[in-house]
Amino acid sequence: MEPGEIHALLGENGAGKSTLMNVLYGLLQPDEGEILVNDKPVQIRSPRDAINVGIGMVHQHFMLVPVFTVAENVMLGAEKVRGGIAGFLDHRRARREVEEVSTRYGLRVDPDAVVEDLPVGIQQRVEIVKALTREVDLLILDEPTAVLTPQETDELLAVMRSLKESGKSIVFITHKLGEVKAIADRITVIRRGRTVGTATPDASRDELAALMVGRSVSLTVTKVAKEPGAPVLQVEGLVVQDERGHQAVAGVDLEVRAGEVLGVAGVQGNGQTELVEAIMGLRPTLAGTVTLDGQRIDGWTTKRVLRAGVGYVPEDRSVDGLVKEFTVAENLVLDIYDQPPFGSRGVLRPDEIAKSAKERIAQFDVRTSSHESAVGTLSGGNQQKVIVAREMSRPLKLFIAAQPTRGVDVGSIEFIHSRIVHERDVNTAVLLVSSELDEVIGLADRIAVMYRGRILAIVPPDTPREEIGLLMAGVVNEQGMSEVGHE
Amino acid sequence: MSEAAQETAPPPAKAPEPERESFGQAFLQGLWAANTVTVTILAVVLALVIGGILIIVSDPDVMAQYGYFTARPGDALQSSWEVVRDAYASLFKGAIVDPAAVSDWISGDGGWERVFAPISETLTYTTPLVFTGLSVALAFRGGLFNIGAQGQAIVGVILAALAGFLIPLPPVLHLIVALLAGALGGAIWGFIPGFLKARTGAHEVINTIMLNYVALYFLTWIIIQKGVQNPERTDAISKPVESSAQLPRLLGDNLRVHAGIILAVLVTWGVAWLLNRSTLGFELRAVGNNPDASRTAGISVTTTYIAVMVIAGALAGLGGANMVVGSTADALTPLVVAQIGFDGILVALLGRVKPWGVALAALLFGALRAGGNTMQSVSSISLELVTVLQALIVIFIAAPALVKAIFRLRAARAARLSTSLAKGW
Repeated sequence: MEPGEIHALLGENGAGKSTLMNVLYGLLQPDEGEILVNDKPVQIRSPRDAINVGIGMVHQHFMLVPVFTVAENVMLGAEKVRGGIAGFLDHRRARREVEEVSTRYGLRVDPDAVVEDLPVGIQQRVEIVKALTREVDLLILDEPTAVLTPQETDELLAVMRSLKESGKSIVFITHKLGEVKAIADRITVIRRGRTVGTATPDASRDELAALMVGRSVSLTVTKVAKEPGAPVLQVEGLVVQDERGHQAVAGVDLEVRAGEVLGVAGVQGNGQTELVEAIMGLRPTLAGTVTLDGQRIDGWTTKRVLRAGVGYVPEDRSVDGLVKEFTVAENLVLDIYDQPPFGSRGVLRPDEIAKSAKERIAQFDVRTSSHESAVGTLSGGNQQKVIVAREMSRPLKLFIAAQPTRGVDVGSIEFIHSRIVHERDVNTAVLLVSSELDEVIGLADRIAVMYRGRILAIVPPDTPREEIGLLMAGVVNEQGMSEVGHE
Repeated sequence: MSEAAQETAPPPAKAPEPERESFGQAFLQGLWAANTVTVTILAVVLALVIGGILIIVSDPDVMAQYGYFTARPGDALQSSWEVVRDAYASLFKGAIVDPAAVSDWISGDGGWERVFAPISETLTYTTPLVFTGLSVALAFRGGLFNIGAQGQAIVGVILAALAGFLIPLPPVLHLIVALLAGALGGAIWGFIPGFLKARTGAHEVINTIMLNYVALYFLTWIIIQKGVQNPERTDAISKPVESSAQLPRLLGDNLRVHAGIILAVLVTWGVAWLLNRSTLGFELRAVGNNPDASRTAGISVTTTYIAVMVIAGALAGLGGANMVVGSTADALTPLVVAQIGFDGILVALLGRVKPWGVALAALLFGALRAGGNTMQSVSSISLELVTVLQALIVIFIAAPALVKAIFRLRAARAARLSTSLAKGW
């Protein structure tokens, strides 16, 4: 690492990136080898040691006290006391420090805001401010963009550039190739705990992906043009509330036909989650209708919707998708455990469950030591494959995938995309919701852009990115307007 | 050399994945993580050591000798050893077997009944605890903390006793009806908090605790009602349950062990089967571990909660029924179920909320209780010491998991926003 450098550490899930950085930050001890800071070997036994030699870290999972204010969080662990008297916290000085750091690096935060009220992107900024007030020279960002919207990501990248200009070095851990190419000065690729190569940002995405996965991967989805069939899912005038009683979905009309992928693009939090949950019977609808193959399904239980031939990949796999303590086999029958051959008249058939699990583990390339491993021990990508395998194992009319590749490694993304296209090719209607614009453009036959609970426009996938980006931000031009009217 | 070592170095172990975990899950993991047999034995030994100290401290004669400890330390240590040894010896004799009785039997001086009396007592005390322990354990696996086993047992004992002396029926049928009435009573008492939890989200811990009081005061009220109270008595005791509704004794009329223990083993097997081999058990475990994912997969969380509480209540109700159709008592009194519901919570924790573990934990508690009686009569050490021992064992086993779970809960809250979106690796 050199001063004023952004060094990207690239690798698949489980490649050892976070482990390496935890060693640098003193959370884990190395078995062998040494760490050099300014050419001097150092022993880092704790985060305190790391801070002392000038290494700060922003964790993937924030280490903030939700009920404390920003200033309180920043001084946590290095509390300043007024006049040197123990027990008297110097809030004023903490606040001043936060303001100073945030103006110096262009990191706008309100020192008096309570952390739990802040959006995720700002919380992350607080973490960065916290590290900077410790006067570190090297900042480790562990998967910082995993939780951010595209806008927040852009802001973070801008912050990183300004930090770089002021001479700080940054280790940027990620597996998103686009961000790496946008910002990194140097790229190190790690696979299975070993450095497999270094590259410059000029390297193509395919080259980087191949280095990460260890074989060549196709990042672009190949699909043949296909004439869509009859409408399968029709949503008309749907209104849905979120938990706080706001109208998250404010009158949505859409239609998905057999054999087409309708992509719903939009920044996270514009009603996509609620739309999908309402279709699945997980959330009550206030107005409007949902029909599947001409049959009204709004008001149905989730079980009935699933049994009617709908496959559903929920957006938050660890909360809604899987029971982590259950085995892979049990998770694979989570929705059909009571249907023959897995269970009948209240009795489970473990042998059938195991048999089918083995088949599907092979078919969907789930990397697990056994069908009896707890699903929580699998990597994110393989967990997601378990869900996809489960949902695609029934005869489907409609397949709904919400953020199907979030937090999933490149190899698994490729696989999941190919399965989605396969479903489309066998005439299933596919509703794809994703905040990754590339994914929507790559897979969808038509793109519906959702903004503040409404579908702003439905556009073909060859629409310029910039135009879709503007629609996602709620900007509707003349042409867009006419299309909205047209729909 | 170092290069060679690097070549063979395995890929680094996965970093632990800090994901959102419910309190219950974290607690269960902590409870199951440790080597169960070793930890349990160590906990029992530790509890006995601390119990020994309590025995010494509470004995005035021994403490008097500590007054001149510096002058003659031998006296104090000698008598400390003796008092603890005698206490635990009588605990053992009362719970498992009295060697003197065995030698008497072999030499023909005593009957076989004295040999089996301790075991008979142990099993008698074990039986109701198996039921209440299973009740708490089953609810816990379904994600609910059933503090109400006590109240469910009380309602169970009331209905079982009423069926036992109000409905005239032929022997076997009468027993079955009484047991079913007990299960029904408990099920009703379990249904109420289950329904409230499912429909309104009212926390089952609060509701079950409150229903414990309702059940207890209902019991003390109903005992003194006309037709229920024993007409020959003026104190609060009901008519006796007819002999046609009594569980048969297994080892003759002089030993108290009755067929309830066989029923307990069958029910343990049944609960184990329910949890692992039935679709209801699958739903129950899924909901207990992750209600969100269960709901998304189409499992009705509300129905499952109600089913869990009804079955848990029925189990506790059966435990209560055992207190009047077994050999412990044959009539309702305000204290007829003793503490079996609350002890059931301890038994469930000690048994790692797994059915056979619960049965073994109930056996340990039953043995302590039976031995405690002997210890009290022979060595004049208060029966409360047994309660202390039971509590200490559970503290040593369950408390570390509890503490860990509490801290995990805190950590998870701080990271909740990010964890729901972050990916694992």
